[in-house]
Amino acid sequence: MADRLRAYRTVLVSRARSQASYRTSFRLDLVGALLVGVIELAEIWVLYSATDEIGGLALAQVLLVFGVADLAFSLADLVAGHCDKLPVYVRAGTLDVFFLRPQPILAQLVTSDLSLRRIGRCLVGATALAVGLALNDVAWGLGAVGLLVLAVLSGFVIFTAQFVTAAGLQFFLVNGAEMTNAFVYGGRYAATQPATVWPRALLVVFGTIFPVAFAAYLPVSTLLGAPGAVGLPAWLGWCAPVAALWAVVVAAACWRWGLRHYRGAGG
Amino acid sequence: MSDVHGNVIEAEGLTRVFTGRPERGTRLRRTRHVAVDHLDLTVAAGEAVGYIGANGAGKSTTIKMLVGILVPTSGTVRTVGLHPLKERRALARRVGVVFGQRSQLWWDLPLRESFSILAAIHGLSAADERARTAELVGMLEMGSFLGTPVRQLSLGQRMRAEVAAALLHRPGLLVLDEPTIGLDVLSKQRLREFLVAQRREHGTTLLLTTHDMGDVERLCERVLVVDHGRLAFDGTLAGLARTVGARRELVLDLATPGPDLTDVPGAEHVRSESDGLRQRLAFDPQRTTAAWVLAAVAERAEVVDLSIVEPDIEDVVREIYRATR
Repeated sequence: MADRLRAYRTVLVSRARSQASYRTSFRLDLVGALLVGVIELAEIWVLYSATDEIGGLALAQVLLVFGVADLAFSLADLVAGHCDKLPVYVRAGTLDVFFLRPQPILAQLVTSDLSLRRIGRCLVGATALAVGLALNDVAWGLGAVGLLVLAVLSGFVIFTAQFVTAAGLQFFLVNGAEMTNAFVYGGRYAATQPATVWPRALLVVFGTIFPVAFAAYLPVSTLLGAPGAVGLPAWLGWCAPVAALWAVVVAAACWRWGLRHYRGAGG
Repeated sequence: MSDVHGNVIEAEGLTRVFTGRPERGTRLRRTRHVAVDHLDLTVAAGEAVGYIGANGAGKSTTIKMLVGILVPTSGTVRTVGLHPLKERRALARRVGVVFGQRSQLWWDLPLRESFSILAAIHGLSAADERARTAELVGMLEMGSFLGTPVRQLSLGQRMRAEVAAALLHRPGLLVLDEPTIGLDVLSKQRLREFLVAQRREHGTTLLLTTHDMGDVERLCERVLVVDHGRLAFDGTLAGLARTVGARRELVLDLATPGPDLTDVPGAEHVRSESDGLRQRLAFDPQRTTAAWVLAAVAERAEVVDLSIVEPDIEDVVREIYRATR
């Protein structure tokens, strides 16, 4: 096992080192990513300057939703965000080279890069989460901590699965990055909002097919005992791992389907 | 390591059809392009095979099916005894591939690091990695640019590095797709010498596609010519030369303009330029050598410079195509 992981570790360490070797550029990237996160956070603050409540959640509560969703997404972006470079890999022949190595193609794709500058985004998400927790009246206990950890982990898995799903679909959609980005980044944006304000179509897409509602909104509602989730049982937030599992199944199917198409096996 | 006996490549009725989408708005049916058409191919362990054909004849498609990148539309294929699709990962441990047009090195890292990453990917032990890297660096004379980022290497240096990368895990079969394209004479020579030595020492089986007759002549004892996905010729280079009458041309620069050298034994006068200052003689490398022709010319005129023009592989292939249709 350790020997099998050595291949991935060696690639990742070299990627990290090469990024760190361009210090100025790396620092600028880091700051840039941080600023993007801050601007997105400011967007929410602007919304709440006009109203006290959106979808049954107050600013402090939404801050918590944003924190969980953004932290989970940033971590997924750090690990798998470069999956959207698949069309570039296909054109440059890098993907064919993956076939010549004794590791699964997807594992090679995911570990082919590590965008350390996205750590900047993680910091924004983590800060929002910390502030959100401080501002809200959370009934602390083993359950609350467990739910929070479960939410961030499930969110991470859901968003990582989204990146892989998008990559699988890229095999068919030659210039489909715009389309898949709409789901990946639209999903991220949706996840930072209270799901109760979504129109029905979005609820179907991001509540079931790409279950980002389970990444932050539902677990946080459960955590806060918020009245937001109308008609939905309070324990739904605990189902985040189920949603994550579903996202993984969808991602695996899309990836296999796409790879079969690439190799010309039909499908 | 390669199997000492048995076939390294076995393909039967190998076929690959590409279907293209019809243009939008037209009522045309999907276009069908047969890239590889019922190809039967057997390569024994230790053989060196040149796989030649015009652009689009199906060479790269064949190679992609042999190593598990593409799925055959029909037919069967076994590479080093393995099923390229179902056993791709096991196959990757035993085959090395160099695609002239796509790199398997890390562009932004010093070359040395590419080798150590590949060693990790193939699970080489630290001692093995050191020994094998040192061996390849020595044989391919890469010591002077081991610390240079790959993107700064010259084409000749990079190709040597690509070949070393493909051989790091000691594969029994080495597949080279256009390995000498764009290389200068010296780099080509060095690469060929290395490949010959590699075969001699490790018994590595070679399959290479090329547009360079020199590659085939110096590396391969067997030639396959493919045309429209079908095998048009399978035999020795001598047999190929006999079939199409491939001749080399000796270009001679004489000290003084002279009459046409029409009476040189074993060579035919092609044409003269600059009043006979430069003369071109064609000869059959199967019957005589450049040295013999040169010696005969030296008796008749003073030679100040010379060069040898290889038969163009495209011409050879065209001749084969003409003969088999």
